[in-house]
Amino acid sequence: MLVKLSSSSLKQTRWYEYGVRFLLGGFATVFAGIVSTRFGVSAGGLFLALPAIFCASATLIESHERRAKQRTGLDGRRRGQQAAALDAAGAAMGSIGLGAFAGVFYVTVLSSVIGAFTAAIAAWAVVSVSAWWLRRKLRSTSRHSRSERAARSEGGRSSLA
Amino acid sequence: MTEYILRFIAGGAIVSAFAIFGDMLKPKSFSGLLGAAPSVALATLGIAVVQHGPQYAATASWTMIYGAVALACYSLAVCHLLMRFRLAALPATTIAFVVWLAVAFGLLAGFGGAA
Repeated sequence: MLVKLSSSSLKQTRWYEYGVRFLLGGFATVFAGIVSTRFGVSAGGLFLALPAIFCASATLIESHERRAKQRTGLDGRRRGQQAAALDAAGAAMGSIGLGAFAGVFYVTVLSSVIGAFTAAIAAWAVVSVSAWWLRRKLRSTSRHSRSERAARSEGGRSSLA
Repeated sequence: MTEYILRFIAGGAIVSAFAIFGDMLKPKSFSGLLGAAPSVALATLGIAVVQHGPQYAATASWTMIYGAVALACYSLAVCHLLMRFRLAALPATTIAFVVWLAVAFGLLAGFGGAA
């Protein structure tokens, strides 16, 4: 499946769900600032990669998928869990990019602040998308070789019979 | 107080923008990349540079690498709790937060902050 950009999924989201994400994002940023002030910048830095809105996003995805299945008369609970798990797998890939963001920012910020932000965002995007693409390629290659092996053993069995 | 209000608005707006963009993307595994977007980091590092200078922001970004490693472990833990233990999303994401805390503070204790 190709990567697609579609606004149709926005219609599924209710207004308060946007509000919840805004509040969680705001509180996470304030919290990171408070930790930096109270416990030092090193401890505060950890919270720049806090999974602040992850619980809200995963719950949202799960409920959207469940609702969609329930409309067709099915339970949809398992489908919801699978969709949320896929989102989590994507976030795991994205966190490699987040590490690259932090590393590039650390190296470049002392020479140019604007350049550091630009380079760090570019690093995050390139590394995240590459990690996702690589995982997808490896999965499809292993699936393909598994099905080839199964077909070969099936062929061997039928020639023996 | 003004600083915290500014942090709240900037953080909320950037996080929401990334979340909306993520909602619009398909497939799900790709939109999940936005779940690890540097939204809190952009707001916080921007304010840190203005308030304390680039050296302070650099120190924060070094330990952010530990946070990112912890986020990867957290995401994998959520994935396993959902698929293997068949938990719902809310308890899975809440329980896995222990993993994030353990890995992040474990790395900070083991390797320390920036030199």
